[in-house]
Amino acid sequence: MDIDQGTSPATTPPDSDAQRKRKVHGMLKLYYGLNDEGKGSDQAESLDPCDINGPHFDPEVYLNKLRKECSLGELMDQESCMVKQIRSLDSDMQTLVYENYNKFISATDTIRKMKNDFKKMEDEMDCLSANMSAITEFSAKISGTLQDQHTQITKLSGVHTLLRKLQFLFELPARLNKCLELQAYAQAVSSHRRARCVLQQYSHMPSFRGIQDDCNAIMEQLAQQLRQKFRDGGSNAKDLSECVELLLQLDEPAEELCDKFLSHAQSRLESDLQGLEAELRDPVSPSKPATTETSAALKKGASSAAGSPTDASMHSGNPFLSGASKTDILEFIDRGCNEFVSNLCLVIASYQELFINRPQEGELASKNIPEMARGKLHAFVDALAVRYFSLVERRIQEEKGVGDNSLLVRALDRFHRRLQAVTKLLPGSSVPSQGTEIVVQAARERIKQYLSALQSFYLDSLTDVRQALAAPRLSMGGGTGGGGLLGGGTSGKDAPPNLPELLASFSASILNQIKSVLASVHLFTAKDITFSNKPYFKGEFCSQGVRESLVVSFIKFICQSSRQFCESTGDRGGSTPPALLLLLSRLCLDYETSTISYILTLTDEQFLVQHHSPVTAVTALCAEAREAAQKLLNHYVKVQGLIISQMLRKSVETRDWVNTIEPRNVRAVMKRVVEDTTSIDVQVGLLYEEGVRKAHSSDSSKRTFSVYSSSRQQVRYAPSYTPSAPMDTNLLSNIHKLFSERIDIFSPVEFNKVSVLTGIIKISLKTFLECVRLRTFGRYGLQQIQVDCHYLQMYLWRFVSDENLVHFLLDEIVGSAAHRCLDPAPMEQSVIEVICERG
Amino acid sequence: MEDDAPVIYGLEFQARALTAQTAETDAIRFLVGTQSLKFDNQIHIIDFDDENNIINKSVLVHPAGEIWHISASPADKSVLTTCYNKTSESRVVTCAAVWRMPPEWESGSHESPDDSSNNPQTLELLCHLDNTAHGNMACVLWEPMGDGSRVISLADNHAVLWDLQESSTKAAVSSSATLEGKGQLKFTSGKWSPHHNCTQLATANDTAIRGWDLRSMSQIYCIENAHGQLVRDLDFNPNKQYYLASCGDDCKVKFWDVRNVNEPVKSLEEHSHWVWSVRYNHSHDQLLLTGSSDSRVILSNMVSISSEPFGHLVDDDDLSDGEDGHQEEKEPLQDSIIATYEEHEDSVYALEWSSADPWLFASLSYDGRLVINRVPRALKYRILL
Repeated sequence: MDIDQGTSPATTPPDSDAQRKRKVHGMLKLYYGLNDEGKGSDQAESLDPCDINGPHFDPEVYLNKLRKECSLGELMDQESCMVKQIRSLDSDMQTLVYENYNKFISATDTIRKMKNDFKKMEDEMDCLSANMSAITEFSAKISGTLQDQHTQITKLSGVHTLLRKLQFLFELPARLNKCLELQAYAQAVSSHRRARCVLQQYSHMPSFRGIQDDCNAIMEQLAQQLRQKFRDGGSNAKDLSECVELLLQLDEPAEELCDKFLSHAQSRLESDLQGLEAELRDPVSPSKPATTETSAALKKGASSAAGSPTDASMHSGNPFLSGASKTDILEFIDRGCNEFVSNLCLVIASYQELFINRPQEGELASKNIPEMARGKLHAFVDALAVRYFSLVERRIQEEKGVGDNSLLVRALDRFHRRLQAVTKLLPGSSVPSQGTEIVVQAARERIKQYLSALQSFYLDSLTDVRQALAAPRLSMGGGTGGGGLLGGGTSGKDAPPNLPELLASFSASILNQIKSVLASVHLFTAKDITFSNKPYFKGEFCSQGVRESLVVSFIKFICQSSRQFCESTGDRGGSTPPALLLLLSRLCLDYETSTISYILTLTDEQFLVQHHSPVTAVTALCAEAREAAQKLLNHYVKVQGLIISQMLRKSVETRDWVNTIEPRNVRAVMKRVVEDTTSIDVQVGLLYEEGVRKAHSSDSSKRTFSVYSSSRQQVRYAPSYTPSAPMDTNLLSNIHKLFSERIDIFSPVEFNKVSVLTGIIKISLKTFLECVRLRTFGRYGLQQIQVDCHYLQMYLWRFVSDENLVHFLLDEIVGSAAHRCLDPAPMEQSVIEVICERG
Repeated sequence: MEDDAPVIYGLEFQARALTAQTAETDAIRFLVGTQSLKFDNQIHIIDFDDENNIINKSVLVHPAGEIWHISASPADKSVLTTCYNKTSESRVVTCAAVWRMPPEWESGSHESPDDSSNNPQTLELLCHLDNTAHGNMACVLWEPMGDGSRVISLADNHAVLWDLQESSTKAAVSSSATLEGKGQLKFTSGKWSPHHNCTQLATANDTAIRGWDLRSMSQIYCIENAHGQLVRDLDFNPNKQYYLASCGDDCKVKFWDVRNVNEPVKSLEEHSHWVWSVRYNHSHDQLLLTGSSDSRVILSNMVSISSEPFGHLVDDDDLSDGEDGHQEEKEPLQDSIIATYEEHEDSVYALEWSSADPWLFASLSYDGRLVINRVPRALKYRILL
């Protein structure tokens, strides 16, 4: 042990008390065989027989070893060290023994003391148990004595309760009566409910029967009163609800109650409806005419004050404004909403409160009242709504005037908005969708009305234009018309009225009308209108309704009505003034070039049309307009041509050309032809561009003279033709024909002045030619034709695109006249010129 | 199937009058009357040799005056009437006369066609239709399919029915009708209906078409404002008794059912100037010819209002086998213009179907050009098969 410490004094701290102590403990443990620790180190040392602390220590080996290895001194030291150690071990041992001995003695003392105490306790416990048994005995004795009295008391208290109940029963009729008097129905019903079962149970006993009967009678009376109250219905909703609740508790059949409630409500609502109907029937509601009028007046004042100036002007100036003698639709709808719809909502709300939304308890729950009640309510609401809707529809249908659409839209909006309340109250009802349907229908109807209004406006404007054209031109300002070379002669008669202005105002008024109609229709889709977000108003209304049915239809109508002017009056020249044809043609052409696309763009922009279904393309409409314009212009040419033709034909047919006198003048009819042509030229020039002519030199009139006189010469030589060569008469004109294109007389014209005039002159001269060929001429007849033709050629060439055309036709006329002449002796060219110059 | 080119014949004079030789059913023969104020007028007899496409002409002198209208007797090949202008003492009067062609014209012309102009034979006058009481003759109409003894003359506002007696050498007025009304009414043309036992006549004056019953000489119907302007010509549908076609200065051709005079059955507007003449084909009434002063001749196929609206009626039983395919491809023809003939360079005043060959017709323009044309073969076979 300490040998180790001794051998390595440097490594081990010399005085560590705790360590030493533990070592001592370890020794002791070892000693007592508790070697559960430090096994590793022990085993390492265990095999060394020289380890003085190891278990395998062999003193002999150890001694031998010491003796062999150590010197005497060392042995001496070793021995003294050993003695010292033995001594300390001895003293330790003694201390230990002593200590343990002391402990053992004190333990023995304690045990002895305990033995004495337990003995004493045992005695006391015995005493306690004896006492307890004595107490038990006493208690049992007491209980036995008190038993009888206790049962008696219990019985007495039971009797007391019963008696009180009986008293309640006996007093019940009186109490109920009192409640009835005080109208404390709720108390009465609850009292009765409490007693009811008992009475029912003991009804076989006469006395109870009497009470029951009394009670029933009273309750009957009460129920009667409740019903009365319910029927009167004047009381507020709370009372009513209480009333219904009580009645339900009184086993009143819920179905009957519902029916009663509804029928009662129906009578009220019906009176509302009748009020509406009466209003519908009479122009002014008889019940409150004064208020109606004043409110109408107020409204009118407000609208005209607030509305834009155009609005106001529409009010005053629009020809389609209905006579607003009756209440306007807004007022009507207002009344409908305020009276009928709000009452209906009230009824629905209170009904739901009463029958549907009530928490159901007990037996009532089993009857499934809400289901039944809801069914009834739906049927009731539907029936009334149908009547209401029919009234509204009738009223809307009466709304024919298209003047102020905002009123209608506002009315519809209000109508629609108020129905939303019903939706909220009564989800799943078909009423709101029907209402929407009505609104949609009204919108459709409105579009139709606007279309017809536009159409009639167009026709009216057309009539105005017609009148303006027919009116004497006294009001003609400045010298816009009547220009041209023969202005003095024409201005009084056929000078065009201010055509461009007329056209401009006509077209502007139509455009304005379209715009205002669009604006009116646009109200239907305004953001603050409740129904504007319905799918119909977002899609179909814009594309199919406004764009197609309204705008496109109107444009088509214009084209069609224009075309009708060509067809219906086509035969006899008709009653349509030619100027109107010209004006309409220009209008259609303007539509083709700009107006149509403008209108459609405007529409598309305003209505944000999203085309789900195919719509008429702008190009198709333009083509239609162009076609109409072309037809009208062709017709104009035809009509004007015919008017001139007619003059020429009459002048040729009615004259005796064989026996006529030598020409001294140009015939008046030719002057008239030139005058008319000039005025037509002016007229067309007001609306159409000049157009292109075939280029001709500045001395064109001279040149034409030469061409003309060459044909004259041919005529002059006519008598010398030999029979052998009769074909030569026609040679020149035949050659001409060979090289010139065939002339289509009634051919389509282009949209310019020259083309129009060319068409008219072609028709006139061709007629002249054909008429001349049917007549026979004398010498002077031929000469007269010569003079006339020369006169015509002097003036007409300037109007046409290709002056050769005029020359050719005039040559043909003179040539034909020469052929048809009995004595073809043509006049000298110079003489002709002199006569023509003289006029 | 190439169509034959048109055959063109030029007259020396201007001409308006053209007729087929109605009684001749073997040879294709047309008569043309000239209009000349200075020279003797002629009647050209145009014989068309269909096989060789050659024209043979003979000329007969018509010394009485320029010819405005000509028509051939339906019974006697050699008899014809003309309306001609007679100028006397600076008065021009239109007269009518019945003529006989000299019997030798045929042989003579064939041998030496060149000589005919030098030494032409002259028509033999049978009788005058005396019009001193009636005014200017517009036209003379033979009784269709009659025995050549009855003619009607239209003069100013009189329609006169004549009986030709003693081999047409004497003409006696059998009855007459007068058009009454405001202003100077004048018949422009007329047509004797081949239906109803030849008891009806249709006339045109100004813009109106009137129907007359020849037994009572009274008006039976009147289409007021049939055309926007003058009615120039009319013709009866040879197969449908109530149908007639008219044409006029409004460039239109209209088809009428005389039982309903308010509305035309149909109206065509194909010409670009006055339509002077309209003719139904004698056998196939869907074929219609119109001539106009726009120098065009138009042949139209008016199937929908013809007597064979669904094509030739064929017995299905006869064609039951093997020809079904053929049957199917033969769709009903649509109303259409078949052809526009532009051979003329002046106004076409007259045209006429051949009486011998139903597929052939002649048209005459004012400059004296006569054009003989055929119906296109494709159409011909389509109608026939």
